[in-house]
Amino acid sequence: MKQFLQFLKKEFYHIFRDRRTLLILFGMPIVQIILFGFAITNEIHEAKFAVLDQSNDYYSTRLLQRFDHSAYFHRVKNLQSPNEIAKTFEEGDVKIVIVIPPQFGKTFFHERKSTIQLLADATDPNTATTLENYASSIINQYQKDITKEEKLPLTISTDYRLQYNPALKSVYMFVPGVMTLILMLVSAMMTSIAITREKELGTMEILLVSPLKPGLIIVGKVVPYIMLAFINAIIILVMGVFIFDMPIKGNLFLLLAECGLFVLTALSIGILISSITESQQTAMMISMVGLMMPTMLLSGFVFPIESMPLPLQIIANILPAKWFIIILKTIMLKGGGLMDVWKPTVILLGMTLVLQVISIRKFKIRLS
Amino acid sequence: MEAAYAITTDGLTKKFGDFIATNNITFQVKKGEIFGFLGANGAGKTTAMRMLCGLLKPSSGKATVAGYDVYTQTESIKLNIGYMSQRFSLYEDLTVSENIRFYGGIYGLTRSAIKTATAELLAKLALEKEAKSLVGSLPLGWKQKLSFSIAIIHNPAIVFLDEPTGGVDPITRRQFWDLIYEAAHAGVTVFVTTHYMDEAEYCDRVSIMVDGKIKALDTPAALKTTFGAATMNDVFLKLAREANQ
Repeated sequence: MKQFLQFLKKEFYHIFRDRRTLLILFGMPIVQIILFGFAITNEIHEAKFAVLDQSNDYYSTRLLQRFDHSAYFHRVKNLQSPNEIAKTFEEGDVKIVIVIPPQFGKTFFHERKSTIQLLADATDPNTATTLENYASSIINQYQKDITKEEKLPLTISTDYRLQYNPALKSVYMFVPGVMTLILMLVSAMMTSIAITREKELGTMEILLVSPLKPGLIIVGKVVPYIMLAFINAIIILVMGVFIFDMPIKGNLFLLLAECGLFVLTALSIGILISSITESQQTAMMISMVGLMMPTMLLSGFVFPIESMPLPLQIIANILPAKWFIIILKTIMLKGGGLMDVWKPTVILLGMTLVLQVISIRKFKIRLS
Repeated sequence: MEAAYAITTDGLTKKFGDFIATNNITFQVKKGEIFGFLGANGAGKTTAMRMLCGLLKPSSGKATVAGYDVYTQTESIKLNIGYMSQRFSLYEDLTVSENIRFYGGIYGLTRSAIKTATAELLAKLALEKEAKSLVGSLPLGWKQKLSFSIAIIHNPAIVFLDEPTGGVDPITRRQFWDLIYEAAHAGVTVFVTTHYMDEAEYCDRVSIMVDGKIKALDTPAALKTTFGAATMNDVFLKLAREANQ
């Protein structure tokens, strides 16, 4: 035990004296969260909109007030006739025009349904879709509230419901994604580099000749990174919750336990990489190309898995990241418990087990 | 009889597939002896040494190190040997005293034992002022002397040195050998591989390996007489030429 503690102490010296490692370990998660959170976002704030209100009654005014109060929209113009719409778009500032038909309130009550026209500037299709979704969800909410107030089943024809992310907040997508990426990076890449470094320097040989057991050497190299990865997970969660209002609806302990499991999976990959490579460079390349890229691109973090061609969907299935993101989203956004995430959890456990068996085999082959 | 020897091997062989790296070697190393293990690159020196250190399982043959069997008692062997590899083997990003503490620690030395050993070692190498410097900032010669001193910090019965003086100047090499002599005087058996034939002259006995086999084993003086050579270098060349024919 004392030997082991001595070993851990040495590992921490390595980590804390290597500025580059430290920067990657703690700078990375913060920079990524900030980047994804503020810069690379598909959220739109204060989009300029114009209104053609042809009825100007109590109900249309109340609906439009909701738009005015929303952080996503900013009213810049009130139009008087449909002829002005084209010109407004041509001027370029206005992204969406809301057209309320004449006698909106009256039709609403007599026929119990009404239509609102949303015209979006689709020169930028992404923005257009996003704005349309925002607008639909505001209208939907309005309709629901009115129905409750008046105790009449009233319909405004747009039936667009966005579950779990009614505000279409991109933060809900990237916090789980960044967390997965960082844990993968710290656990797999950093450990594989730390272990191959000892090989490269020749110190691994000295350690193997020493009375330390080979298993203990590996555990000793890995334990500091388990701790650091865990600290990172907590930093990301805290930033997500306090800076970006990310909810954690499910059980926090379950969430942390799942993080722990994923860290173990990633570590097993790191150990495996280090057992088949001799140099830090190779270990880094394998981790970068073989792990980071697929984790970024194929795990459903950036691009939805459902829209990938079949071969890529199959590859996505063997990535631990995909399953971990599912677990994170289920627990954090849907408030799911163990019963809801048992399947991906079992898959991750299985992957970890298989990886460890292979690594131990490889390590033994190297020794004999 | 056994007890007089630090290392014994009998027909020790290691095959990698069809390639026989170490072919049926038999020799004994006496306690307290400085035993030179010579051979060209690829002659099988490193393989033999790795088997003796418990890093590699032999294919066949017998061997004991410090009285322990290399097949079944590698744990005991590891506790009783020191090892210094051809590649520099200290941590450059740790200070001198941190390195000493670490290696002392993994060999199970107590805190107070490490403290005394550190003080002695620093005094012997005149490194007191550098105790808190990172090892990476020391000149190569100092690193190597430090490396050797750390390899024997736990008072092993035998120390294995794998080309310990590669890349250092003759004066430092001489100083390094003074350390080896000192250790041997204190009763440590020294098993050393080297490329430098002048170093072979410093050994009590040397063995010369060619193509996995031991071709000669005796004191440097006796070898020179047998082969009618003036220096160990000539002895080595003669043996190598024989093998090529």
